[in-house]
Amino acid sequence: MDQKEPLVEVKNLKKHYKDSSRSLFKRNQSVVKAVDNVSFTIEEGETFGLVGESGSGKSTIGRSILRLTDITDGEILYKGKSVHQLSKQELREHRKSFQFVFQDPFSSLNPRIRIGDAIGEALLDHGLATKKEIREKVLEVLNLCGLAPYHIDRFPHEFSGGQRQRIGIARAIIMDPEFIVADEPVSGLDVSIQAQIINLFSDLQEKKQLTYLFISHDLSVVEHIATRVGVLYLGTLMELGSRDEIYENPLHPYTKSLLSAIPIPDPTVKRERIVLQGDVPNPANPPTGCKFHTRCPFAREKCKTIVPEFKEVEANHFVACHLV
Amino acid sequence: MEETTVQTEHMAKYRKSNLWKQVFRRLVKNKMAMTGLGFLIFIFVFCMIGPFFSPYANGGVDAININQPPSAEHWLGTDALGRDVLTRLMEAGRISLTVGLGAMVMSVFIGTLLGVLAGFYQGIVDQIIMRTADVLMTIPGLPLLFIMAAVMSEWKVPAENRLYIVMVMLSIVGWSGLARLVRSQILSLREREYMHATESLGLRDRRKLFVHLLPNIVPLLIVVGTLSVGGAILSESVLSYFGLGVVPPTASWGNMINAANSLIDFQNRPWLWIPPGVAIFLTVISINLLGDGLRDAIDPKMKSR
Ligand code: SF4
Ligand SMILES: [Mg+2]
Repeated sequence: MDQKEPLVEVKNLKKHYKDSSRSLFKRNQSVVKAVDNVSFTIEEGETFGLVGESGSGKSTIGRSILRLTDITDGEILYKGKSVHQLSKQELREHRKSFQFVFQDPFSSLNPRIRIGDAIGEALLDHGLATKKEIREKVLEVLNLCGLAPYHIDRFPHEFSGGQRQRIGIARAIIMDPEFIVADEPVSGLDVSIQAQIINLFSDLQEKKQLTYLFISHDLSVVEHIATRVGVLYLGTLMELGSRDEIYENPLHPYTKSLLSAIPIPDPTVKRERIVLQGDVPNPANPPTGCKFHTRCPFAREKCKTIVPEFKEVEANHFVACHLV
Repeated sequence: MEETTVQTEHMAKYRKSNLWKQVFRRLVKNKMAMTGLGFLIFIFVFCMIGPFFSPYANGGVDAININQPPSAEHWLGTDALGRDVLTRLMEAGRISLTVGLGAMVMSVFIGTLLGVLAGFYQGIVDQIIMRTADVLMTIPGLPLLFIMAAVMSEWKVPAENRLYIVMVMLSIVGWSGLARLVRSQILSLREREYMHATESLGLRDRRKLFVHLLPNIVPLLIVVGTLSVGGAILSESVLSYFGLGVVPPTASWGNMINAANSLIDFQNRPWLWIPPGVAIFLTVISINLLGDGLRDAIDPKMKSR
């Protein structure tokens, strides 16, 4: 696994927002560390599942990788090239090979633009095909994404959420990308439709040899598609390992608690229930030491002061916890 | 697959009659707006076509019949040079409406261009444009117009071309408010996820602007543009009333009211100033009614603004 260069390498990524909430008398200039020193790699052909509650910084990581937002510190390498150092021209070239699928299927499509134009416009803008070729290509990806040819001339409001998400995927696929960041692509959809969309992602991955970064707030969503999973809490990775390791041998208390919240269909399988107390702390003022200590049922004295090291406890299985 | 065919087929038929038809339907239901529109059409036809039916067109001076009250020959009387007031009212209307529309088109163009540039490129471009707009907005419009008009009077522009000068002046004063609205609209549109999508697809700025952003501000432009015609007509009238806008012998509603300047005319010859006054009043009110109606029809949520 290690001989090959990873497709994406995230190194010590930091993204801080200045939150200047001012009152009349005092000026609070707090820094929100949305992403706090996160490192991981994504290998070619795999699906990396990035999981965390809302506000954990997972979308920010996804957007940073595709340079849809600036970063504060660290580096992101795509095929060995530093994404945030690319010139405007180079970046435009790169945009052909990595794509983003957005969370909200409603606001991610311009209400005034017909589906066919929305899907085909990137090809046109990059000068990759003539108008006639584009129409054919659009029809092809519509079909690939489970949509019908007659959808091509319709407007977004004529579609359901699931169909719109298919349109968003088609818009990404038509560029023939190698890498796709999917930011909670099913969290806005009915549960019955979620599985269809996840299956679509799997099918496309097989047909097109895609690599995914699949972001979700729900471990059960990535279970069937991810090859590796990273668990984020307040902008920091808590655990990282192969799909099997994470689901069958979770080591971090936070991962365990997330897993124990998922109902298991098989009653003979027992998982220990860990119910978290309290809410996610304010990211502008995260807990000291282990960020999870305010909610961790196993927290010790030292958890409050000493930041646990993110260490490899088993081969390719990393955990940040004093207990492991 | 999902609930595709039957439902979307139905929805398509019903909704393909897209946004603009819905806007039109809502507008037609609005009685005030339709009254305004009706009067505007009337005044337009009256001014543009009316003079062709008048025996007194093109400033027929009549030294014998000066300052005559309304009569069978001169329905609205005659002025100090014996010209037919009704004919002059129509000719003046042509000028005032032209100035109003022209100023609107120019200020919408400038305001949109600068507002879009400021909102889209931000940074230093934004700073320069918006600070200029701020300065323009802090100076009250009329004094500024007076100063500009006074300066331009020095240029000895022939009377028949004065109306173009007035248009330019009005658009210089008028663009800033619109630029602000456009800028804030662009700023909010930028945060829509479909704009992030244009970024992630690596689309050129040109496409982002002309395909994605501009079509979304057209409704705003229609509403603000319509309403600004009224303001421009009023400003033109005020300028012309003071002799700083359109000057005689070219007639405008504003310089016709100038007759009310003298006490004798004001008290004894109301046919000289009441007709242009009423024309301005009704036209501006109609434009505002139509503009408000358009705003409500385009975006019912904007109503309270
Ligand atoms: S370091 Fe301490 S607080 Fe953090 S997860 Fe481990 S046991 Fe819990
Ligand atoms: Mg998110």
